[in-house]
Amino acid sequence: MAAESTIESGTEGALRIQASQARKHGRAISDRVMEWLIRGNAGLVVLSVVLIFAFLIKESLPFFQKYGVGSLLSGRVWEPVGEPEVYGALSMIAGTLLTTVVAILLALPFGVLCAVFMSEIAPPRLKGVLKSTVEILAGIPSVVIGFVGMTIVAPLMQDRLHLLTGLTAFTGSALLAFMALPTIISISEDALHAVPRDFRQASLALGATRLQTIWKSVVPAAGRGIVAAMMLGVGRAVGETMTVLMVTGNARNVPTNFFTKDLSENSLFQSVRTLTATIAAEMGEVARGSDHYHALFALGAVLFLITFVINSIADYALNRGRR
Amino acid sequence: MAIAAKPLLTSRRSVGFRLWEGAQLVVLYGSIVAIILPIIAITWLVISKGGPSINWEFLSKAPERTYSGGEAVYGGGILPAITGTLYLMAGTILIALPVGVFGAVYITEYGQRSRFTRVLRLAIVNLAGVPSVVYGLFGFGFFVFVLGGGLDRMFFAKDLPSPTYGTGGLLWAAATLALLILPVVITASEEALLSVPASFREASLALGCTRWQTVRNVVLPSALPGIVTGLILGISRAAGETAPILLTGAAFGLGEAASVSTSPLGMMLHEMRQLPEKLHSQFMALPYHLYITATQAADIPERFPWGTALVLLMLVLGLNAVASIIRSRARAGRRW
Repeated sequence: MAAESTIESGTEGALRIQASQARKHGRAISDRVMEWLIRGNAGLVVLSVVLIFAFLIKESLPFFQKYGVGSLLSGRVWEPVGEPEVYGALSMIAGTLLTTVVAILLALPFGVLCAVFMSEIAPPRLKGVLKSTVEILAGIPSVVIGFVGMTIVAPLMQDRLHLLTGLTAFTGSALLAFMALPTIISISEDALHAVPRDFRQASLALGATRLQTIWKSVVPAAGRGIVAAMMLGVGRAVGETMTVLMVTGNARNVPTNFFTKDLSENSLFQSVRTLTATIAAEMGEVARGSDHYHALFALGAVLFLITFVINSIADYALNRGRR
Repeated sequence: MAIAAKPLLTSRRSVGFRLWEGAQLVVLYGSIVAIILPIIAITWLVISKGGPSINWEFLSKAPERTYSGGEAVYGGGILPAITGTLYLMAGTILIALPVGVFGAVYITEYGQRSRFTRVLRLAIVNLAGVPSVVYGLFGFGFFVFVLGGGLDRMFFAKDLPSPTYGTGGLLWAAATLALLILPVVITASEEALLSVPASFREASLALGCTRWQTVRNVVLPSALPGIVTGLILGISRAAGETAPILLTGAAFGLGEAASVSTSPLGMMLHEMRQLPEKLHSQFMALPYHLYITATQAADIPERFPWGTALVLLMLVLGLNAVASIIRSRARAGRRW
């Protein structure tokens, strides 16, 4: 992941001598205080990550003990205020999966093509312009994108596709794709850029055209980096909250119907609710320690687990690619 | 460059092949247009729709409801949301700056290749992958209920059952956002510290400076532009986040009808001071204000969400622009 420290072992030796001398001369009080502060701070960072993880587990355990993991993952009904309360999260898990998968299917080709263009074809100045435009996109807050999606994109979709509502899984996917682009583009671009020039030169010397060189030697050589870019894009889409909360309509349907010609019958063009949106929408109303409270933490734990797996795959692809 | 010297389209192949490659180029250029156009469209939409609602009243007044003929009319401006976001950014920086910079200093200057550094890196990588709403969940459960509730029981027991720190507030939202931007700050600072040549450290050590003196007087000043860039990027991310503050203290409709002073300036100063007045006060914030005015309140005119979106977008993009200016200046002015 990050580069190893550049300080050579010579410096480390010098530091050790320095430290022992400083101790002898009694100059080291501020030094030792700072060192402990810095070490303590590093410990604090690690501790807070462990704490987040442990806290999620601790607060979701009561739910799993009472209702079980199976009923959460496979239940279709989510009735936190019903009598009795029912907590089945299948519709939300499916909603998250559906919006994410479609978003990545939309974003990946565009993102990789854009990265190829920036790294292999664009002249330096155009590349600079493209880079800053993509950075602008990365900077737009998700609530602004959700707002534009809600007021502009959704009515447009409803109108053009003759749907009952524009607040659908597909609208969410389109916006998520857009938001995952900066991640996909910048990581793939890095990967393409890191391909040694010899690869290109060898291919060109064999008589391949520039485009053949790009598709047959550069892009495959950057494969792992592109996989990592895709996974990080997936992570971004899974974890995104405000946009999906605002544009997917938040109906708790289990999407099942993808092959009808009538678009308004198609699950992709119906409302869904994601894991993130459920947490954001319902957390404000729960009483601490209630089953509903613990159920939302259980959703958080599921979400955390999904993103953890995704990011680990990305990390593995990146680090293996480097060796 | 030898690679660029070869033309993108060759004339030495068959017509069919040239058409095929030409089509590939069209797709490549087309994908660029398909990405750039919506970015321009979104920015332009927010500017053109939000622009007309921006005026002095919108930026300098609190929201107010006036009643005419039994019907409430929503008016005024978004000042408390602007000040709330500024307070929140300040609070986030106060927490994330020392923790983040010292964390990076540990990695590059103290821990180096130790096993604990690897653990720390792993922690940061994982922290960066956590969805923002999970931070909100953690802030809500841990900061508000566990820490805040604990503080209340210890120091504010006489006010219970009405909570002091045991409810959402500025401090808890800032702490949640600080956790969220920690990976950005640490990674950027680490990169900046690593770019300081080892010879700088060796020269300082050879002159008899201790490790901390070297870090404070040589390494940190040389890495400062990179650290500041990382901080600004982090804080601009924090300013735009909604989900983490949704659960930890953002509020809507604070400061309405706070007409105490008669002069406009006095009124504005009063409102700026009022909100949020304590560390544990609830606050208004631009992203939350946008979310609520867009989704929950039917009687609020359209110019409120659009104007809020524009102010938020300008704030965030402005901060990003400042960060990139600092970065490019530092690169141009670097003496090593």
